[in-house]
Amino acid sequence: MSMKPNAKTVLDVKDLQTYFKTDAGIVKAVDGVSFSVREGETIGIVGESGSGKSVTNLSLMRLIPSPPGKIVGGEVIFEGKDILKLSEKQMRSIRGKKISMIFQDPMTSLNPFLKISTQMVETIRLHEKDVSKQEALERSIDMLKLVGIPSAEKRIQNYPHQFSGGMRQRVMIAQALSCNAEVLIADEPTTALDVTIQAQILELIAKLSNQMGTAVILITHDLGVVAGMCDQVCVMYAGRIVEKATTDELYARPSHPYTEGLIKSVPRMDTTKKGNRLFSIEGQPPNVIDLPPCCPFHPRCHKAMEVCRQAYPLVKDLGKGHEVACWLFAEESEKQRALNEANIKEKAE
Amino acid sequence: MSIEKRKPLLEVRDLKQHFPITSGAILQKQVGAIRAVDGISFDVYPGETLGIVGESGCGKSTTVRSISQLNKPTSGSVIFNGIDLVKADTRTMLKARLDIQMIFQDPYASLDPRMTVRSIIAEPMVIYNNRRLLETPMSPMDIERRVEELMERVGLNKAFKNRYPHEFSGGQRQRIGIARALALNPKIILADEPVSALDVSIQSQILNLLADLQKEFGLTYLFIAHDLAVIQHISTRVAVMYLGKIVEISEAVQLYDNPLHPYTIALLSAAPIPDPKVERERKRIILTGDVPSPDKERTGCYFYDRCPKKMPWCSCHIPPMLDINEKQQVACWLYDKRDLSKVTMEEAEADAAKTASEKT
Repeated sequence: MSMKPNAKTVLDVKDLQTYFKTDAGIVKAVDGVSFSVREGETIGIVGESGSGKSVTNLSLMRLIPSPPGKIVGGEVIFEGKDILKLSEKQMRSIRGKKISMIFQDPMTSLNPFLKISTQMVETIRLHEKDVSKQEALERSIDMLKLVGIPSAEKRIQNYPHQFSGGMRQRVMIAQALSCNAEVLIADEPTTALDVTIQAQILELIAKLSNQMGTAVILITHDLGVVAGMCDQVCVMYAGRIVEKATTDELYARPSHPYTEGLIKSVPRMDTTKKGNRLFSIEGQPPNVIDLPPCCPFHPRCHKAMEVCRQAYPLVKDLGKGHEVACWLFAEESEKQRALNEANIKEKAE
Repeated sequence: MSIEKRKPLLEVRDLKQHFPITSGAILQKQVGAIRAVDGISFDVYPGETLGIVGESGCGKSTTVRSISQLNKPTSGSVIFNGIDLVKADTRTMLKARLDIQMIFQDPYASLDPRMTVRSIIAEPMVIYNNRRLLETPMSPMDIERRVEELMERVGLNKAFKNRYPHEFSGGQRQRIGIARALALNPKIILADEPVSALDVSIQSQILNLLADLQKEFGLTYLFIAHDLAVIQHISTRVAVMYLGKIVEISEAVQLYDNPLHPYTIALLSAAPIPDPKVERERKRIILTGDVPSPDKERTGCYFYDRCPKKMPWCSCHIPPMLDINEKQQVACWLYDKRDLSKVTMEEAEADAAKTASEKT
């Protein structure tokens, strides 16, 4: 883990909104998400299922199936350009080359009909037209060696089913980084793996990110993984970022009641005394179809106030880049103004 | 601890579960076996929670399925209340199994989508009632009342009893599964990864519910999970499995404070802790390689290929369970009274050959 405050920003996401049209109504899967990633930095996005973590990152890659999905607003600035406005052809030269992705399930994200060599050579030759097959193959073998696959020269001629889960995830990482990607999006890269293999893969991602200066966006639901890997963390809930801070700051001073509950509700191996009840957040995560314009967490929050039921909280900066979207940190006057506005709106309707 | 002196509720002795590998299209013949569970023994005492941890494919789930006789074990015995379930006739086994219930991992797959919540929870009672295996027969009204009582106990609104599983979220479905397991007032519940498919905030709700139920009904749990922190939270004793064998079985406190087997040590060091400061200062033992396939018979330690502390002796001698103290047992040659680290490969192999010839 290394903080590089002076490193340049590689990817800047501003107010991203991705909606899905369904028969039941509009699903605001991602509703105003902003964050930025610097060179060599690892940023974690945590949240429960349905909180919009994966949709955020599929939007960055422009991989949202449309229809029903649509990126309805926001900007994603990469190399000075808004990649949401690029043509599909221009996008193809970025996707997989400059911004790469590794998926959760290594069992299904490789093509079972093609040898590893075919798949890796294809990736490289697709993005770099002047590379010969032989060169691409050599580079693929080097990449496999880099990610720690023994006898890479032989193994590259194997099919995916001949590899174990951890090995397949290594192949995915090798493939994702074979074009020297600047941003690596890892969507739950270790969720399908065992703890000992998880440790291997995480160490590998951290090492490669350090060596090659790749920025990593790590999506996970595991707070332990985040603690060990990330420089910065965004906590998502119902399509929005509710808290954003450096990792140390977030764990030392979780400010949003949801973050606090999340951290407290995981049993810890090192400190928990047996017999204690776990802290638990009551209730269920909300259905994101037609959410009312208020704090989506208020039905489960033990500190909910009247204003939380009426208006969406403002984002407050607590210093050192620690941002939180919660009315607890707003000024009295701001709360009053929000309440008044909500009242006026209600009357108008 | 008085636990050791009590009579065990469940005794598992040298349990083996091998699944045959066959070849040939018409005339199938067995060419090998997957040794999913390869000779394990342990006791479960009344009122305790025995946690079983291990990586995928180590035989955790097969162990509980063999105990509940969903798979007939290849050999060994499972003694529950003085009855050997493996050898008992079907009726005796069914009667004993009334006290053994299961909770499954995937709340999406373990509930029949075409049954209402009421019929799911009532099913065990209906079946046992029809087979006349209940001590006091239950009338439909009794069953109905019991279903409502159970739904309230696990935190479900009883007005929802006519709904179907797809109308519930994952956590609520797991509650339905728990209500079904409680329906017959079992003595022991075999919980196969009951919280791994759930979100963090829901996971803690279910863990708390399980702990409350244990206190209330004096239940005994055999609890499987791959998450070490969850196991530590809920268990009194913990068994660590690797490749179909138990490598270490200890009181939970001892296991986490002072792990003995190299595999346990590596496993504990690999599990992430949700605290950045602790994470940075920890030393990780990263194991190389993957879990080997359990399809061949082994002559040495099962962990030999990946062990960071392996000795020549380990390659050809299967370690027995050694008692370190009353609370900890470990299957590892490092803790043998003799110092085996200086034994060379030739000597070890000669010794193994000698023992083998003595046997035959």
